[in-house]
Amino acid sequence: MDLFEYQGKQFFAEYGMPISAGEVVFSVEEALAAAERLGTPVMVKSQVLTGGRGKLGGIKFAADIDAVREHATNILGLDIKGHVVERLWIEKASDIAEEYYMSFTLDRGAKKHLGMLSAEGGMDIEEVAASTPEKISKIWVDPVDGLTDELAAQWVDGAGLNPDARDGAIAIAKQLYTSYTDGDADLVEINPLILTPEGKVHVLDSKVTLDGNAEFRHPDYAQYDETQTRDDREQAAHAKGLQYVGLDGTVGVIANGAGLAMSTLDVINQVGGKPANFLDIGGGANADVMAGALEVINDDKNVKAIFINIFGGITRGEEVANGILEAMKRVKIDSPIVIRLDGTNAEEGRAILEPALNDMLMMETTMLDAARRSAELAAR
Amino acid sequence: MAIFVDENTKVIYQGLTGRQGSYYGGLNKEYGTQVVAGTHPKKAGTDVDGVPIYASVAEAVEATGATASCIFIPAPGVKDAVIEAAEGGIEFIVAITEGVPAHDEAWFFNKLQRDHPNVQLLGPNCPGIISPGKCNIGITAGHIAKPGGPVGIVSRSGTLTYQALYELKQKDIGVTTCVGIGGDPVPGTSFIDCLKAFEADPETKAIMMIGEIGGSAEEEAAEFIKNNVSKPVSSYVAGVTAPPGKKMGHAGAIVSGGKGTADAKMEALRDAGVKVGQNPTEAGELMAEIVANL
Repeated sequence: MDLFEYQGKQFFAEYGMPISAGEVVFSVEEALAAAERLGTPVMVKSQVLTGGRGKLGGIKFAADIDAVREHATNILGLDIKGHVVERLWIEKASDIAEEYYMSFTLDRGAKKHLGMLSAEGGMDIEEVAASTPEKISKIWVDPVDGLTDELAAQWVDGAGLNPDARDGAIAIAKQLYTSYTDGDADLVEINPLILTPEGKVHVLDSKVTLDGNAEFRHPDYAQYDETQTRDDREQAAHAKGLQYVGLDGTVGVIANGAGLAMSTLDVINQVGGKPANFLDIGGGANADVMAGALEVINDDKNVKAIFINIFGGITRGEEVANGILEAMKRVKIDSPIVIRLDGTNAEEGRAILEPALNDMLMMETTMLDAARRSAELAAR
Repeated sequence: MAIFVDENTKVIYQGLTGRQGSYYGGLNKEYGTQVVAGTHPKKAGTDVDGVPIYASVAEAVEATGATASCIFIPAPGVKDAVIEAAEGGIEFIVAITEGVPAHDEAWFFNKLQRDHPNVQLLGPNCPGIISPGKCNIGITAGHIAKPGGPVGIVSRSGTLTYQALYELKQKDIGVTTCVGIGGDPVPGTSFIDCLKAFEADPETKAIMMIGEIGGSAEEEAAEFIKNNVSKPVSSYVAGVTAPPGKKMGHAGAIVSGGKGTADAKMEALRDAGVKVGQNPTEAGELMAEIVANL
């Protein structure tokens, strides 16, 4: 679950980190009113769930109210890597002496939390990591021990920050780590973390990704779920509790299990087709789930053929077959369906489907043949 | 021989009284697994289809001599359940539950390594482990696997694990043990743990490895295979054509470098001498060729 910059900053502020005063707005008028209240100069910052806003004109400095009007007008509605800007964060501008980078994320290989800190913060941190990795100070934190004072100091001292920033950076390092663990984040990142001319260390941007699996102990996560950007298809699938990712091809995909669903996309591509989506209906394949999945796929106007790929494990083939037939009675399908049913009691399941087969419902015994058939149908 | 579990393994089920636990525990027992006990803090003295329930893992181990446990506890309770199993004397813990927070996983992985170095955790979010004909712990449909050998399977994906077992059975190829390590960020058992065990197992003559996009586990496994595995390996990595997930921030990209894509993983595996299929069926066919030439 990704947070907008302003949500991330408010999340950081709960853990005591210093952020600038600001307001989230949805129109030019609101932007002007917010800037009046905050007092110029302000920053006009697009709020989108993607990186690289600054380079694409999504962040502007406004010295006065006229500049706020100009930038807010230009940035609202701007397309940033496919994300259309609908909200702005108007923030009191800060004087910057130096820009740093600080983050925590899980290092899956080391199975420890990885902290990265660099004196070379700002926009091109990935470039810094690639060309001068020695300029990034790294620490691996054992989750059982947590970030001790000693380790935090060692980390900050290894990054070569301005000595004036040392104490402030250590304090923020500890707060950031606490927000990362107590807040169940997959990623917390501050870029830039700034040193002001007055010698204060301050949070100027935020990137926060929360672990949806931890929602049970964070009821407040619900507010972030509402602001996730999803297209209409993804929204519909999400409402039905389906694991769905929209793509731009013409073959609708329904499979049970994430691995099999991913594998289905692979095979469709291999035979020259283009999948319209990733959809995992999970272990079982009962009529309710199948009907919901078919509805979502059927509503996608790009879909020209549907490939249902089911492997029966504990769920038996005849249950799957009955589920599919029942679901098809409930949903009026516009595109031809190709089914591949394999695994436990596949023979019995296929026998149930056999009488229902026609030019809108076809069956193939292998994944590859079913992929070919659906790709051909979609190409017609 | 099998790795990790066999016909002598006695298993307790943490969460046997629940819907999932009683269903799969029952199926595992029917398969022939020694399902010796279940645990529930408030239901000690009762039973589930003849399997006695104890208040704690320690009591269940004391009474039955079990060495393995299978966790069907809902996600919020998994952290405590894993530690209870380790402290109760269990040596092999299988956590089936999905949706466990990553911070919990990272915590108990490191906690086990430090305080219980001899305990092996499999999962969470995995289908479990089956040594066909001997022991089945978890949610794999036992009959889709042919007992015997010579192939050992290790997989990150549930349904593709079943697919692999099934493809081999269709070709009349037996399996010593099939381990589903699960696709979570911090799996208790890694590809390398399984490769090491298969390499040491005399009855396993070839290894099938099924990976997925994300992380660097396949690349690490490839490095291990190159240096430490003498047995032939076939592989498939799901997600060759998966769109890159939308990424926030830079830390993930910096950590992964160029790793994590299916192409990079397949390249690393090929480089280690592994036969890589473009889809699960092809990986099965490659394994059939390997077995025919053993």
